[in-house]
Amino acid sequence: MQDAFGIPQSLLVLGGSSEIALAIARRLVAHRTRTVLLAGRPSPRLDAAAAELRGLGADARTVAFDAEDTDSHEELLGKLFADGDIDMVLLAFGVLGDPEHDEERPQSAVRVARTNYTGALSAGLVCGQALRRQGHGTLAVLSSFAAVRARRGNFVYGSSKAGLDAFAQGLGDALYGTGARVMVVRPGFVRTRMTSGLTEAPLATDPDTVAAAVEHGLRRRRETVWVPGGLRLVAAALRLLPRPLFRRLTL
Amino acid sequence: MTLVRPRSYAETAAAVRDRGPRGVIARGLGRAYGDAAQNAGGHVLDMTGLNRVRSVDTEHGEAVCDAGVSLHRLMEVLLPLGWFVPVTPGTRQVTVGGAVCADIHGKNHHAEGGFARHVRSLDLLTADGEVRTVTPGTDLFDATTGGMGLTGVVLGATLRLLPVETSLMTVDTERATDLDDLMARLTAGDHRYRYSVAWIDLLARGSATGRAVLTRGDHAPLDALPARSRRDPLAFRPGTLPPAPRFLPDGLLRRGTVGLFNELWYRRAPRSRTGELQRLSAFFHPLDGVPDWNRIYGRSGFVQYQFVVGHERADALRRVVGMLARRRCPSFLAVLKRFGPADPGWLSFPMAGWTLALDIPAGLPGLGRFLDELDEVVAEAGGRVYLAKDARLRPETLAAMYPRLGDFRALRAQLDPDGVFASDLARRLGL
Ligand SMILES: Cc1cc2nc3c(=O)[nH]c(=O)nc-3n(C[C@H](O)[C@H](O)[C@H](O)COP(=O)(O)OP(=O)(O)OC[C@H]3O[C@@H](n4cnc5c(N)ncnc54)[C@H](O)[C@@H]3O)c2cc1C
Ligand SMILES: NC(=O)c1ccc[n+]([C@@H]2O[C@H](COP(=O)([O-])OP(=O)(O)OC[C@H]3O[C@@H](n4cnc5c(N)ncnc54)[C@H](OP(=O)(O)O)[C@@H]3O)[C@@H](O)[C@H]2O)c1
Repeated sequence: MQDAFGIPQSLLVLGGSSEIALAIARRLVAHRTRTVLLAGRPSPRLDAAAAELRGLGADARTVAFDAEDTDSHEELLGKLFADGDIDMVLLAFGVLGDPEHDEERPQSAVRVARTNYTGALSAGLVCGQALRRQGHGTLAVLSSFAAVRARRGNFVYGSSKAGLDAFAQGLGDALYGTGARVMVVRPGFVRTRMTSGLTEAPLATDPDTVAAAVEHGLRRRRETVWVPGGLRLVAAALRLLPRPLFRRLTL
Repeated sequence: MTLVRPRSYAETAAAVRDRGPRGVIARGLGRAYGDAAQNAGGHVLDMTGLNRVRSVDTEHGEAVCDAGVSLHRLMEVLLPLGWFVPVTPGTRQVTVGGAVCADIHGKNHHAEGGFARHVRSLDLLTADGEVRTVTPGTDLFDATTGGMGLTGVVLGATLRLLPVETSLMTVDTERATDLDDLMARLTAGDHRYRYSVAWIDLLARGSATGRAVLTRGDHAPLDALPARSRRDPLAFRPGTLPPAPRFLPDGLLRRGTVGLFNELWYRRAPRSRTGELQRLSAFFHPLDGVPDWNRIYGRSGFVQYQFVVGHERADALRRVVGMLARRRCPSFLAVLKRFGPADPGWLSFPMAGWTLALDIPAGLPGLGRFLDELDEVVAEAGGRVYLAKDARLRPETLAAMYPRLGDFRALRAQLDPDGVFASDLARRLGL
């Protein structure tokens, strides 16, 4: 169960090797999260993440999960929920793709969509159902500031996150009143391996900052979390910007 | 969560039989602060439909009633007959079932123990569908009293009552200048009063830490009343105040305002006054007079924290009070009281010693971790936290606080092997 401050006792991470997810898991374990399931593509990185959380006192294990293999989601995730209540699901998987070349390579652009949108839609619906049945729990979705308005520079990624974001909001409304809830998290530029080598955007943050914001969002039962918080205003301004101006923005 | 409202023993049994896969839990008036009467995804039985006072034996002072009867209703029925409920908490809006299953305590615990001590017998619907008559001195009784509804559904109870001559209280009030002064006064004088409690100011720092207003008293005898009140000495007139405004800004509960409130409360109290006549409701249930009082905490609400440590561990109490004062928690109306000997219930909260109860706005940053630190001080001192007010304890701390937890779990495993009874509290703490 989540306690009075929204901290879960059990956590399922989809995309278990994500740096942001690991920072969140670490922070929750330091409070009282005991069971952590790290679902992801098997890799040394995934194992290392589980080992680190075990070192912090959690009962952490890994589960093989591929976001793109949507046919497997129902059975695989269903089994995890059958083992006991899961208080929080963190949907963290995602790929940035290659903004420079995806435009010219439809095949690789489709992968971005298949992971960030289709994969999330499938896994999100399965988890949403399970949370509804158990009558409690939070599905936290790592969307992105990029979902606000697809930008010239990375509209393949941006549009996939926009789809994910719209889906997550809709799911949140569908679950309203069932005891289960969805929290949409929109970080700006976060320094992780996903963004390594890219030029930092203004208001860049670290995974630990995202983790702190997620904890705060859980405590206040937020539906939306911006990281850093000031991005909410930037987003509002960006939405109003006329197309000709927006087009020329190099963000 | 599916809410069912049975109106009879038979309907209750049917509702338990027809529970869903996530089990069922009984609920009284939902006054437990935490998740004790909640069952996410499962069934909850609203017991307030079982609301009959079946009989009152005015000679021996016993009442037989359904579990859904509120203490408010009991008072309405009993007072004109010259009897009173044996234990009343800080609100009349609790049911007999809730009072039994949390083994609630009142201002008279030091003298008369918790609610369960005044129960002669219970009708308990257990997981197998049987209705058992459960009496004190049995394992099932001790597991049920304080057992937070997890042994079954209490359908009815026979209670021993307290005789009273009037519906008024005689109250002595005094001020204590700091925590040591307060503890000395409570220790020296409590045995002279049936009811005793102290409000303590946790925001006052330095030498004033723990300054307090003590109110102690008893039911007024007939001859204490002025002549004009003697004609109708047992009239029960609770009265209500206007509700708290709906849109109080979150910021209202800043230290400044709470500090000012506490200051006024302390200053307003007489340095010492004896024999004042007060209404029952003013003495026992000041908050019941303010509908929706919890609104003052704004959107994020608040958490209650109540713990007890043994008399010999007054150092732990001092430490916690120091931590709260240093932290400057904007809490008003923290309440300190001395408990008498522990009640026999396995998960019953009271034990001989000092208990402190306070509200803290839930939005306070870092509060979760801070309360964990308090838990550690309390557990190390052999004390415990009150489950009826908990929504955040760690399961591993619980075992240290409730030494009979193992027995409780074993009895549950035997009595309810399929987990018919389940609550969010039980899931969170692995009860
Ligand atoms: C303003 C305020 C002041 C308070 N002051 C005090 C105080 O001074 N002392 C004190 O001890 N407590 C105090 N409390 C807490 C309160 O007395 C307890 O939580 C009490 O259990 C609430 O009774 P209820 O009928 O509302 O039960 P609920 O809150 O509905 O349920 C409490 C527990 O009892 C179980 N339960 C209820 N009915 C049944 C039944 N028929 N069969 C089986 N299980 C049942 C529930 O499953 C749950 O575990 C206070 C609460 C408030 C809001
Ligand atoms: N970093 C940022 O600036 C930023 C900003 C806003 C939003 N986000 C979002 O935050 C999330 C986490 O990103 P991060 O910064 O922590 O980067 P990261 O460490 O690269 O994490 C991405 C994760 O997605 C997983 N993943 C990718 N494809 C998968 C698939 N098909 N199946 C299962 N898992 C798959 C990766 O697993 P492998 O280890 O197997 O590759 C990795 O664990 C992403 O959704 C990202 O879009 C990031």
